[in-house]
Amino acid sequence: MLATIPVLLIVAVLVFLLLRLTPGDPAAIMAGDAATAEQIERIRAGLGLDRPIVVQFGIWLAKVLSGDLGESFYYRIKVTTLIGQRLEPTFALASLTILIAVVVSIPLGVLAAWRFGGWLDRALMGFSVMGFSVPVFVLAYLLIWLVSLKLGWLPVQGYVRISGGFFLFLKHLILPAITLSVIYIALIARVTRASVLEALGEDYIRTARAKGLPEVRVLVRHALANAAVPIATVIGIGIAILIGGVVVTESVYAIPGLGRLTVDAVLARDFPTIQGVILFFSFVYVAVNMLIDLSYVFLDPRIRY
Amino acid sequence: MIWKNWSVRIGGTALALLIVISMTAPWLGTVDPTLFDAASRDLRPGQPGEITTLEGETVKHVFLMGSDSFGRDIYSRVLYGTRVSLMVGVSSAALALAFGVVCGLAAGYLRWLDGPLMRVMDGIMAIPAILIAIAVVALWRGSLPTVIVAIAIPEIPRVTRLVRALVLSIREEPYVEAAVSLGTPALKIMFGHILPNTIAPLLVQGTYICAFSILLEAILSFLGVGLPPDIPTWGNIMAEGRVQFVAYPHNVFFPGIFLAVTVLAVNILGDGLRDTLDPKMAKRV
Repeated sequence: MLATIPVLLIVAVLVFLLLRLTPGDPAAIMAGDAATAEQIERIRAGLGLDRPIVVQFGIWLAKVLSGDLGESFYYRIKVTTLIGQRLEPTFALASLTILIAVVVSIPLGVLAAWRFGGWLDRALMGFSVMGFSVPVFVLAYLLIWLVSLKLGWLPVQGYVRISGGFFLFLKHLILPAITLSVIYIALIARVTRASVLEALGEDYIRTARAKGLPEVRVLVRHALANAAVPIATVIGIGIAILIGGVVVTESVYAIPGLGRLTVDAVLARDFPTIQGVILFFSFVYVAVNMLIDLSYVFLDPRIRY
Repeated sequence: MIWKNWSVRIGGTALALLIVISMTAPWLGTVDPTLFDAASRDLRPGQPGEITTLEGETVKHVFLMGSDSFGRDIYSRVLYGTRVSLMVGVSSAALALAFGVVCGLAAGYLRWLDGPLMRVMDGIMAIPAILIAIAVVALWRGSLPTVIVAIAIPEIPRVTRLVRALVLSIREEPYVEAAVSLGTPALKIMFGHILPNTIAPLLVQGTYICAFSILLEAILSFLGVGLPPDIPTWGNIMAEGRVQFVAYPHNVFFPGIFLAVTVLAVNILGDGLRDTLDPKMAKRV
């Protein structure tokens, strides 16, 4: 768990180096195409480019640690403020996606393992290969076309803040969340199936059945409970896929969140924002996985830290 | 022995077909994918129209998959797009494998390098793949080599980890011990004795990376941060088509179908290869 800190430090080094390993003048690149010589000079001074690179990194890291990610060159506001403004839609989308994915995939995985080799099992395995292969934006357009354009059930695009009414908020968010959850469902269901299958082969399952426990209790309390650690792990690893998916989904559905901000920042070559968003996403990814590591203690009493 | 597996057969055949399509694209009733004609804008699939060649001649042409808002032939663009996708997929996978093998061998065999190198790999893995790729393309600007490198970088740690794990188990094998006690140089042991035993799992991993690279290239192009828009890639065609999606969904769907089928074919091939070449891994997943 303490290993989290060096990982974050290395992420910081990589994000820092990303800009310094670029051919050309980092100050000019950071300033963007339309910058004046004076602006470039100011950035050069701000970055301390005349000092050794290790010192530069130290200055930059000290700023980052004190919560200063610099100022966006495009939006002309602090990157931290910008991230704060865009956080709600992304957080809402990601939470709803995880909720849908967990609620759908774990029962599916358990049932597939229970009836190993049956039609549900085969269908699920087929679905999971499809889920990994159909790109999220192709799926997004397919769903928009079917649900919004042909059936007219949901709005095509856009986002309504939760303060604008919960029902309206959900109506705009449900289709993006379903789109994004497909690959996540494929991933979690596959691991759930594999780990429950393994647990079902254990002696305690036979014992549980022999003493006449109802099958549901055998599956949930005995098989699934023992399969919980790998499932939690894959949910954590899947956050990386989820973040990638958020970037694409927000673009397709015109949701003004962090993913959309990332793409806009890249298109505008707004480097402080790019650096800030990458650091933020990586931090979330590492932090979530650390929390999941900690949850092992509750999921499996045999594990002690 | 490999060919008996149905996944290999289906995936392999589909992939072979796509490779044939990509190579014979000029003879499959296509026109130059960059040609456009103002008179043939926004045609529906199967509609006849005309297109102006580079020599200024106007020829009749049936737009099998319709045309885009510039009057370009979607069918030609999709078929030529197969080339770009397959090339990016194979090149990125090869690049990630090459770097990953070197790093993995080094980490697994040279103890002093193991710790530092693997921490760097952990760091790369903590940044979502798509963000690394986007950032690299943003810095170096989109061109074919940049996109290939940008897609390969986030995959390197995965290969490194795999190779390192394999090396750690293989280095304890008696034949490696024998080679060490005979005074064989470290480099020769790494590449002559250990590497050949990692080929099967690497081939499987490489197939999956190839599928993911094709997907990621399309995503980058679609977001407008990949290859320049004049290059016919599936992502670019969809990026142009999305503006008019409500009226002309085919501009998004045809490249989308090709993309999904290609990735599916490569993934199925990977599953088949895993089941036949690497039965230990097949049991784990």
